[in-house]
Amino acid sequence: MQDIQASLSLALRLLAGGDRELWGIVALSLNVSIASAILACALGMPLGALVAVREFPGRRAVIVMLNALLGLPAVVVGLLVYLLLSRAGPLGGLGILFTPTAIVIAQTLLVLPIVAALSRQFVEDAWGEYREQLTSLGVSATHAVPTLLWDLRYSLLTVALAGFGRAASEVGAVMIVGGNIDGVTRVMTTAIALETSKGDLPLALALGAILIVLVIALNAAAYALREWSMKRHG
Amino acid sequence: MASAPRFPLVARGLTVRLGGHVALERIDFTLDGHSRIAVLGANGAGKSVLLRTLHGLIVPTEGEVLWAGSRARPTDQAMVFQRPVMLRRSALANIEYALAVNGVQGKERSRRAREAIDRVGLAALAGRAARVLSGGEQQRLALARAWSLRPRVIFLDEPTASLDPAAAGEIERVIGEIHASGTAIVITTHHLGLARRVADEIVFLHQGRLTEQSPADRFFTVPRSPEAARFLQGELPWTTTSPAS
Amino acid sequence: MDHHIARFVSRFATAWIAAALLASVALASRPAAAQDFITVASTTSTEQSGLFKHLLPEARKALGFDVRVVAVGTGQALDMARRGDADVVFVHDKVAEERFVAEGFGVKRFEVMYNDFVIVGPKSDSAKIEGNDVTAGLKKIAESRSPFASRADKSGTHAAELRYWKAAGIDQPRGDWYRETGSGMGPTLNTAAGMNAYALTDRGTWLSFRNRADLVILVEGDTKLFNQYGVMLVDPAKHAHVKKDLGQKFVDWVISPAGQAAIAAYQIGGRQLFFPNYKAGA
Repeated sequence: MQDIQASLSLALRLLAGGDRELWGIVALSLNVSIASAILACALGMPLGALVAVREFPGRRAVIVMLNALLGLPAVVVGLLVYLLLSRAGPLGGLGILFTPTAIVIAQTLLVLPIVAALSRQFVEDAWGEYREQLTSLGVSATHAVPTLLWDLRYSLLTVALAGFGRAASEVGAVMIVGGNIDGVTRVMTTAIALETSKGDLPLALALGAILIVLVIALNAAAYALREWSMKRHG
Repeated sequence: MASAPRFPLVARGLTVRLGGHVALERIDFTLDGHSRIAVLGANGAGKSVLLRTLHGLIVPTEGEVLWAGSRARPTDQAMVFQRPVMLRRSALANIEYALAVNGVQGKERSRRAREAIDRVGLAALAGRAARVLSGGEQQRLALARAWSLRPRVIFLDEPTASLDPAAAGEIERVIGEIHASGTAIVITTHHLGLARRVADEIVFLHQGRLTEQSPADRFFTVPRSPEAARFLQGELPWTTTSPAS
Repeated sequence: MDHHIARFVSRFATAWIAAALLASVALASRPAAAQDFITVASTTSTEQSGLFKHLLPEARKALGFDVRVVAVGTGQALDMARRGDADVVFVHDKVAEERFVAEGFGVKRFEVMYNDFVIVGPKSDSAKIEGNDVTAGLKKIAESRSPFASRADKSGTHAAELRYWKAAGIDQPRGDWYRETGSGMGPTLNTAAGMNAYALTDRGTWLSFRNRADLVILVEGDTKLFNQYGVMLVDPAKHAHVKKDLGQKFVDWVISPAGQAAIAAYQIGGRQLFFPNYKAGA
């Protein structure tokens, strides 16, 4: 209890004082997580939608793969990306190991299956509702994808936020491919891990509190958006 | 829209099996460009399946659908469903979407969309979100959407089934105008009054078979088949073993 | 509209993906910028003691480029360097470091500084190890089967710990009382605090560790508890991309009087943690 109290007052002091290091960490976290979420959505939503509406050879295999990737342990993804980006690995020449780019890559790989699976579910349900009408109007399954994605924009926004939340909470993979370098690849989660391992619990809790507030705020925004859209569009 | 001949629309030996059940059996009939046909029958008789097959949404198990002798499915035909499906955008935007999908762009597109929404009397609601409109308004919007494409034929599957009499009356009026503008009408309905007022010709289905096809006045006064006679007297039992017609 | 969006998108799908990738990369890479920097593979104990937070700004001022430290266990740091993912190695396991140079991965090993290990344990000290003899202390812990938390992670600290057990006549401790956490110094101390167990730790990590619960220093001052740190440039002959000029500059600075003074200047609560001991010609 004392720890929590101490941490909350520390958090407020750090935030109010505009502590550069703290805000730098927060800014970097937002940067990489938003980038990963955008990338995962850009790739995953059309992918999920296509799998939902089109028959193609190997479709069942793709569905099984996507579902399997959902259960892939994050540290394994981190390890694989590390081996890819290491100088001794195939993409070593790019020199992006231990940079924010590596973090974005790892996080995107983690979020992509989630976004694809959720999008697939939403689009599949919508396609069931829209299929006859769209076919009647002359829209093929493939061309229906952008229409469906736009029509589902409010639901897909919550998917995007779920993806962002997943990206922002990742620790293990980010630690491995980022290296938790002070001022370069230290994000909120890895900073919390570091402070906790140093036994500096108040600081770790302070960072954790900020992270929680952030995630809650985003989800509240998503909820409000859905409520507004229901009123507007029914 | 394309100027190639579309009519007659001929169903030849049309048989459709859905999920192990025979929904349509050896249907033969012809539709010409000025037709106003109502397809009648008990629930489960196969009316909706017939419309969907003619429209090209269902592939027949046997037999074929021919448009002016060709198997190619033309694009200048439209269908209005019992419950209209609208996108999450404004009423006008829904019409513009259909036009855009069919290659109409720019000023021409907005003009035709405006024209269509005016003709069904929904101009005041053009900017409203389509999905918050009432059932009757959405159905009128669906008609406007179909009509804007200037189709040669419009299929309507129970268009007034979920509507109150006032809204149903509006739909009837619009259907009349659509036909007057040169579009063939094929409609399924339970409302015998509507069928009587709207159709020139009646096609009667009983358990997937075409039992009778005759001009409307003759059908309603002197039906030729016993099943049709029973139907008109309201005694026809509801078939329970088939999927929704 | 969407009909055309669909065609547009599918036609330029690759361009869209590339654009999305570039945008994300640009967005995420902003902090990195195009500055010069080297990557130093070091240990968690140096990181967690706060030494680098104090030392690196000094290095930057003196050298004009960034030093990026990736802090992992000694075993992992050396492995990183073997793969070519680091330019300089800064660890504390003389045997492993000398092997590293012998294998051709390191150019030359320089002794930089030392700190010392201590044994911490519950205030009540049921095994009665308090004093300045590490060998005797460990023997008593093993005989009384008192709980002991070990890092067991191939780190320099872990290697030292095993050497001390061997000196006490125990080849590899085994039993319920010997808890292998497989983690860094901080987490291991957390575990020890939680279980009221003994543990071997470097003084630096201990001084900045805030979650002590009932633990205190029980054994210190034994010269055997010396913990020597070494620095090496990764050999560019093995990995051509190693930043050998900048890396060499950093190594030179760390063993220079200025660097050594910076190391000595680092204190926690008035206590110096690391003692520079570079001797030219060593």
